[in-house]
Amino acid sequence: MTMQTAGELADAEFSQVVAAHRPQIFRFLLASTRDVDLAETLTQDCFLKAHRNWGSFRGESSALTWLMRIAINLQKDHWRNRRLQFWRTTRTNAVDVDDAGDWLPSGERSPEQQLLARERVGEVWRALDKLSGRQKSIFLLRYVEEMDIAEIAQATGLSDGTVKAHLSRALGRVREQLGGRA
Amino acid sequence: MRDELNKAGKSGQDFAELDDPNLREALVDFKSSVHAWSDSAYSAARTAPARPAIAWRRTLAWALSLALSAGAVSGAIYERHHQQELAQQHQRELELEHQQQMAAQQQHAREAEDLLAKIDSDVAREVPSAMEPLAQMMTDDGGVQ
Repeated sequence: MTMQTAGELADAEFSQVVAAHRPQIFRFLLASTRDVDLAETLTQDCFLKAHRNWGSFRGESSALTWLMRIAINLQKDHWRNRRLQFWRTTRTNAVDVDDAGDWLPSGERSPEQQLLARERVGEVWRALDKLSGRQKSIFLLRYVEEMDIAEIAQATGLSDGTVKAHLSRALGRVREQLGGRA
Repeated sequence: MRDELNKAGKSGQDFAELDDPNLREALVDFKSSVHAWSDSAYSAARTAPARPAIAWRRTLAWALSLALSAGAVSGAIYERHHQQELAQQHQRELELEHQQQMAAQQQHAREAEDLLAKIDSDVAREVPSAMEPLAQMMTDDGGVQ
């Protein structure tokens, strides 16, 4: 196998990874930022960085977990830089909590049930706003991306116990917010 | 709650590990909502070239950049003009000072000349006291009495 062939194979493999996981990475970043433009930009950055480092990916974790780790770090860098840079702060376009809660499949629910569901979703968004960045990421990975504790631990670089502790606090906050509504 | 989390596995369908039905329903709705929003935004991001809001922000950014650039250029021009004016004023002051110095020197020279002339005149008119008896013996036409 020539070097060129190996490179072509790696590119083809990476293209498959992009096709399989790009929507999920975008979804996680969208839920984290509530900003469609920012989520799209960070998703592109994530796959650009992943492509550069694809050769060093050893497969010790799943590709999705590896990509999530990159996405979490990019997001962290973004918030850190945003605090310092005026231009980035002016570019924020985060959707309001109530607007974010409008997205709900109608299914076979009555209008009253839909309204109730929308209110519940709004309360969850409000609870998320009160969480730390790490707690929020862990909550989203578990309850939106449905990753298990071990995968979340790999993606965040934390121990299983720490992930559980953060998740427990996040759930407590959501429960408290929902209780306040009732 | 730790038990709930310990039960949270890969399958975790509809978060059955959660005992609180209200919390479980809220999380299921939340997940559905985020998925629906993301699916919509993901496909829209691929079809729409640029949202008006972005175009508006870019226009604003360009306008601000242009205004800042124009301000910087105007400032530089004004500063240069101001420096030139200051230099000209300084030059004028130096010339005036030089003229004043020249006039003062000429005045001093004139005063010195006048003083010397006055001294010469005084010296010429007065006769030393030792010569006074001889001077009295002389007539006005230069003869001796």
